[in-house]
Amino acid sequence: MTNRIDAFCQAGALTVGNRLLTPSMISTQANEYRNNSLTSGHRACRGCGEALAARWAIDTAMRAAGGQIVVANATGCLEVFSTPYPESAWRIPWIHSVFGNTPAVATGVAAAMKVKGKTGIRVIAQGGDGGTTDIGLGCLSGMFERNDDVLYICYDNEAYMNTGVQRSSATPPMARTATTPTLGSSRGSSPDIGKSVPLIAMAHQIPFVATASLAHLADLESKISRAVAIRGARYVHIHSPCPLGWGTESNQTILLARLAVQSGLFPLFEAKDGEVADRTTIGPRVPVEDYLKIQKRFRHLFRPQRNDEALAAYQAIADYNIRRFGL
Amino acid sequence: MRKPFATTLNPESSLTNHTGSWRAERPVYVHRLPLCNHSCAAGEDIQSWLYYAAMGNYREAWRVLVRDNPMPATMGRVCYHPCETACNRSSLDQSVNIHALERYVGDEAIRHGWTFDRPASESGKHVLVVGAGPAGLSAAYHLRRLGHSVTVYEAGPSAGGMMRFGIPQFRFPRHILDAEIARISALGVAFVLNTRVDDLAELMREGKFDAVFLGTGAQIAHRAYIPACDSAHILDALSVLRNTADDNPPQLGRRVVVYGGGNTAMDVARIARRLGAEEPLVVYRRTRERMPAHESELRDAVEEGIKVKWLSAIRRADEHSFTVEKMTLDQNGSPQPTGEFENIEADSLVLALGQDVDMSFMEGLKDLENENGLIRVNEHMMTPHTGVFAGGDMVSTQRTVTAAIGHGKKAARNIDAFLRGEEFVPAPKHGLATFEKLNPWYYSQVEESTQPVLEPVRRATTFDEVLGDLDETHALLESSRCLSCGNCFECDNCYGFCPDNAVAKTPGKGPVYEFKYDYCKGCGICAAECPSGAIQMVPEQLEFAHAGAAG
Repeated sequence: MTNRIDAFCQAGALTVGNRLLTPSMISTQANEYRNNSLTSGHRACRGCGEALAARWAIDTAMRAAGGQIVVANATGCLEVFSTPYPESAWRIPWIHSVFGNTPAVATGVAAAMKVKGKTGIRVIAQGGDGGTTDIGLGCLSGMFERNDDVLYICYDNEAYMNTGVQRSSATPPMARTATTPTLGSSRGSSPDIGKSVPLIAMAHQIPFVATASLAHLADLESKISRAVAIRGARYVHIHSPCPLGWGTESNQTILLARLAVQSGLFPLFEAKDGEVADRTTIGPRVPVEDYLKIQKRFRHLFRPQRNDEALAAYQAIADYNIRRFGL
Repeated sequence: MRKPFATTLNPESSLTNHTGSWRAERPVYVHRLPLCNHSCAAGEDIQSWLYYAAMGNYREAWRVLVRDNPMPATMGRVCYHPCETACNRSSLDQSVNIHALERYVGDEAIRHGWTFDRPASESGKHVLVVGAGPAGLSAAYHLRRLGHSVTVYEAGPSAGGMMRFGIPQFRFPRHILDAEIARISALGVAFVLNTRVDDLAELMREGKFDAVFLGTGAQIAHRAYIPACDSAHILDALSVLRNTADDNPPQLGRRVVVYGGGNTAMDVARIARRLGAEEPLVVYRRTRERMPAHESELRDAVEEGIKVKWLSAIRRADEHSFTVEKMTLDQNGSPQPTGEFENIEADSLVLALGQDVDMSFMEGLKDLENENGLIRVNEHMMTPHTGVFAGGDMVSTQRTVTAAIGHGKKAARNIDAFLRGEEFVPAPKHGLATFEKLNPWYYSQVEESTQPVLEPVRRATTFDEVLGDLDETHALLESSRCLSCGNCFECDNCYGFCPDNAVAKTPGKGPVYEFKYDYCKGCGICAAECPSGAIQMVPEQLEFAHAGAAG
């Protein structure tokens, strides 16, 4: 079988694999010998976006680093569901850390590897949005500022899901969480745009910053592979839908990731040394409403009556992203 | 094992934790019936052979195709491809050009001389097939592959029936037909040509046949009463087609009128054009919407300069003039006379008003005829006479090569069961793979590849084939456009998108994917993200340890 451009006529370019391509051209996730770094039996909810994102990212890193990686994990959903004592779903060298110090732990591991002369071993730190954008931001900024040789991956499910869906600084505007209820005069989380850690990372002018989505596997694998190969501090932010916290059906996880990208709410881009270097254009645009209305955390925007003002403000955020990144 | 301080348990893998117990619904791989297959009168498994064609494996594509239809190069040219009308791809961009691909695969087989697999064993039974048209050839082929001896009796000098005499060369060159018939013959089907069967019962006794399939078609031209003067030049469409096919074309003159609105009328008008008629005129009693001719046939005819006079009936024929009455449609859609007449100047009139079944050979089997002038058959294609089966134009008003080939297959399966003393039970059909079952996000827009077409001006002077071949690049591209509706095409989405790593992928042996139900939590992402709708979520039969009403 030869490599053919028309191979994409059947499966398109967005499927995981493609029987018409040679094995070297297909994604890591399509490979029957993929590492399954986060394997079966973990206790994540049905349809967990974070579990999927973590397997994709770490499998890719394993392939890119030839199996030579060490991962430091922040407390959060990812740690709790993957590693309840004495079980672990990880099939990689993996080190526990507390909620806020993961970047520092990873920095230490990288320093140790350097001292021992094991420069081939790539160090990865990973955590959820709570551990990254709130609690661990100080340590993370330090890691960026020192340009430590660590790849930090944030799985952003937009709230503290593990402890019962409390708002984080990555929670999108107007979302209902346990701490931003829609009772009385309270209308969900703050209507402001909030905190973008990818942009904060860029402000440190580190070598590589990227965003990625579960709806764009090839793009995610490409970004992680290239990030693994670069020396210095790197940051990849993966949008990870959460059926429990967002109030969606467990089979909508990929659909949500897709709508977030296609609406412009979650721009896919990458930056080198602090400057945006590339972005994924979105083709036919989807109104933000299509994304919001299937999530219970935004139900108050539609019921008991439609909040046109709020929806227009939401659409403006997407429109701004589209203009800003040239999506 | 020596443990660190305050640690009492040995480390374990999460694999000991069987999360499959969480599941309320389980995903299962299913096959849904693609709309193309569903609409194919020959019962082809189009999606399956396109699967191999997309890999460039035309040999395997052909092998799968001829399980149902022994004559793909023929069918790819003459079929009106309802599969393409049904194709889900038309909701995305344009239908897959299935007929052009079938023709490509069929022509590849002829080019490379691929032959049919011989039957695994001989049954010792002998079946008589009467008529070597598409129904008879198809029945003979399928019976032979099932291990029966088959002898085909044909009244004409060569096999092919209406495919040889009823379809003009510019749609279907004869060397293609010859090649596909030769391949059936090479499988061990015996042909007795130039032999008309006059007494079927006698022949069955004499030849010790265990069963018979009748496929003699509908060959008598249907006539309409038109008062005519002696010198009026009136012909029937079948004789025009037949004589043209025999290289003995009739003299039609410069101005030709064709009466009728079916595909045969279009074919005859197009022949008349090639024989020198300047503007052949088709006269039809109803409207364009009610015309039985296929839209593409009308389009091709109009391109070649054929004119059509709708809502008109021919009332009288004189030497160089025909009287036409204007018609109107009543509320039932039947044409009714208006009393308005006009004259059309023309040299000849060709009647293309349909064909009737010739019952004359069936002495002693007269009771087979039903009220519509067709042969009566039951759902097993068997006539009221045990062991006598029939198909094709004799039993149906569909009157297409495709339907006839489908009848031949169906009859062969029933005859096979009959010969074993059984009754044929068709496999249950899968549910339809409608567009709503697909996830179109994964399919990108790709323009259809079409066949080259002979310039309309050149068509006036040549019987060369109007439609050309797809080249290999376009054949590959076009077969890859198949959406594989309702059937897995190995895109790896289920394998890659499962958050629980609960899909096993083992290429090469048996099914490529298998669900690991020990770990599958039943989230349904695999089913939602399957492009072709080949995964279905099925509710689990939940068993509760504590029986009794839970309030």
